[in-house]
Amino acid sequence: MSTAPLLSVQDLKVHFDVTRKGLFGGPSAVVKAVDGVTFDLRPGETLGLVGESGCGKSTLGRAVLRLLPATAGRVVWLGEDLHALEHAEMQRKRRDMQIIFQDPLASLNPRMTVGQIIAEPLTVFNPNLSREEVKGRIRQMMAKVGLLPNQINRYPHEFSGGQAQRIGIARAMINNPRMIVCDEPVSALDVSIQAQIVNLLMDLQHEMGMSLIFISHNLSVVRHISHRVMVLYLGKVMEIADRDSIYANPLHPYTQALNSAVPIPDPDLEKQKDRIVLKGDLPSPLNPPSGCPFRTRCPRATEICAQVMPDLLPASPTHHVACHHAGPRE
Amino acid sequence: MTAVLDVRSLNTSFSTPEGAVRAVNDVSFSIDAGETLGIVGESGSGKSQIFMSVMGLLAKNGRAEGSVQFKGKEILNLPVEELNKIRGVKMSMIFQDPMTSLNPYLTVRRQMTEVLETHRGMSQDAALSVAVELLDVVQIPEARRRIQMYPHEFSGGMRQRVMIAMALLCQPELLIADEPTTALDVTVQAQILDLLGKLKRETNMAIALITHDLGVIAGLADRVMVMYAGEIAEGAKAAPLFKSPQHPYTQGLLRSMPRLDESRINRLQTIGGQPPNLQHLPDGCRFRDRCGYAFDRCAAEKPLLRTIGEGRAKACHLESL
Repeated sequence: MSTAPLLSVQDLKVHFDVTRKGLFGGPSAVVKAVDGVTFDLRPGETLGLVGESGCGKSTLGRAVLRLLPATAGRVVWLGEDLHALEHAEMQRKRRDMQIIFQDPLASLNPRMTVGQIIAEPLTVFNPNLSREEVKGRIRQMMAKVGLLPNQINRYPHEFSGGQAQRIGIARAMINNPRMIVCDEPVSALDVSIQAQIVNLLMDLQHEMGMSLIFISHNLSVVRHISHRVMVLYLGKVMEIADRDSIYANPLHPYTQALNSAVPIPDPDLEKQKDRIVLKGDLPSPLNPPSGCPFRTRCPRATEICAQVMPDLLPASPTHHVACHHAGPRE
Repeated sequence: MTAVLDVRSLNTSFSTPEGAVRAVNDVSFSIDAGETLGIVGESGSGKSQIFMSVMGLLAKNGRAEGSVQFKGKEILNLPVEELNKIRGVKMSMIFQDPMTSLNPYLTVRRQMTEVLETHRGMSQDAALSVAVELLDVVQIPEARRRIQMYPHEFSGGMRQRVMIAMALLCQPELLIADEPTTALDVTVQAQILDLLGKLKRETNMAIALITHDLGVIAGLADRVMVMYAGEIAEGAKAAPLFKSPQHPYTQGLLRSMPRLDESRINRLQTIGGQPPNLQHLPDGCRFRDRCGYAFDRCAAEKPLLRTIGEGRAKACHLESL
């Protein structure tokens, strides 16, 4: 694709100082939640972000929106580095970038009505709209996300999880943003509701053309919604590729293990499946392994993996992988 | 052969300020030794409350009626002292969140050996060696050293292994696993599912595996029971249930999940609407508002669970799907 990227993240690092303070203190400690991540997001594109808990996917999503400060690197939005902007200038940009959270009820103010919740971003950026215009826009948006416009005066607790997530989506969409970070938007929902919300997001994208960064640990949902997929492990990109190559032909042993771990709702396939069971858990981010962070659980690890973090190298123009021993599963 | 667990006409309700909520409605099923039963449902389907009733763990405002027999002995609503001779000994339960079900103030050693000393009258030394052995079974590395640690020193997946090991201490005949992998990452989930599979193959334990994810039970369950709004929608052996679901809800659940083993489709099929509020249930079939096949009879007459083949039953008026 030749279109200029909407967002270009360059060698982004988000480190947290977790040194214990106080009289006796402790040894200095830094968690490298995001450690040198680079990617582009094109207009109208959905980038899936997958990885286990603690891999830095939510931190990355928040740093992209400058909800967290960057330790190093750049987040370039239409040619401007967001982390270098003045506060007021950043506020103006926020109109075009929104976020949807995992727990829909916790992310809505329980003391505001649905109408007030959806109106807030609209009136912040359009203070001159009349009350009637605001109401009209809200009703329109509610209908678009599958809420009944006559529920405008209800409170969040009167809605089920799936309906509350629709309110969150309406709030994010009301200013017609160019990008939405979706942080595990369907993980807290019942199976029968997940598909409704996934379809809604895809329909809205089709109609309004926004880009999505879709953070999820559910690889099947990510494959369904994403155009490209990025796999993170302990703050580093392991593999990034277009959807079809990363699922049909994963080259990183971690991606292969993730894929094979997803249970398939078919007893015959599930019993025959040759699952790669990784040893152990994610290492502590406080004390990550040297070299490649995945080497302690990797079936292909050799000496070099302990010494050198592999670069993210192209395997094809649309497929990059960071592994000394990258290649299809044997 | 007597079933390990035989539940007949179980009704569980909770009294709330807004009136009674019937969480489990006339549910009957049994589990044999060596068998794994998968219980699938959304939140509010009653899948957990069935087993909270069985274990005598209902909240104070809960009430269970009907019959629950453990190896032929009636155990529903037994006094606590009587129940304690069975639960934790002959049947044990593991929960979704291993952190909140372990005592943070006690070492894993203390929590495990206490069970053996109380229920099996073992000496401290004997109890310790049994506990370490079980941590080995659930593949906790360096079990002898790690048993001295506190729960917070374990990762989520390791804690769930500790929970499973604790549940196995008295060699139960029935293991109830309530969403045992829901809080875990996929790679760790795969490890725990492997472990449960190994226990299933190597022991003659009956397992009840409760989950909202059909994928999780596909590899383990011999039979599956699909719950909807407090009732059994469909029950069948695992293979035919996944291959040709006979209840529209089961079919909808299977179709609404994107699958990695199939080519990608452009649009997911959905089940419209939401799970019903148990206080305002529709007349007739509880699923009819969301059902694409619903016809007149579904509103007029509640479908009863009926046998539709060997080991197979559904609560739906349709002859076939």
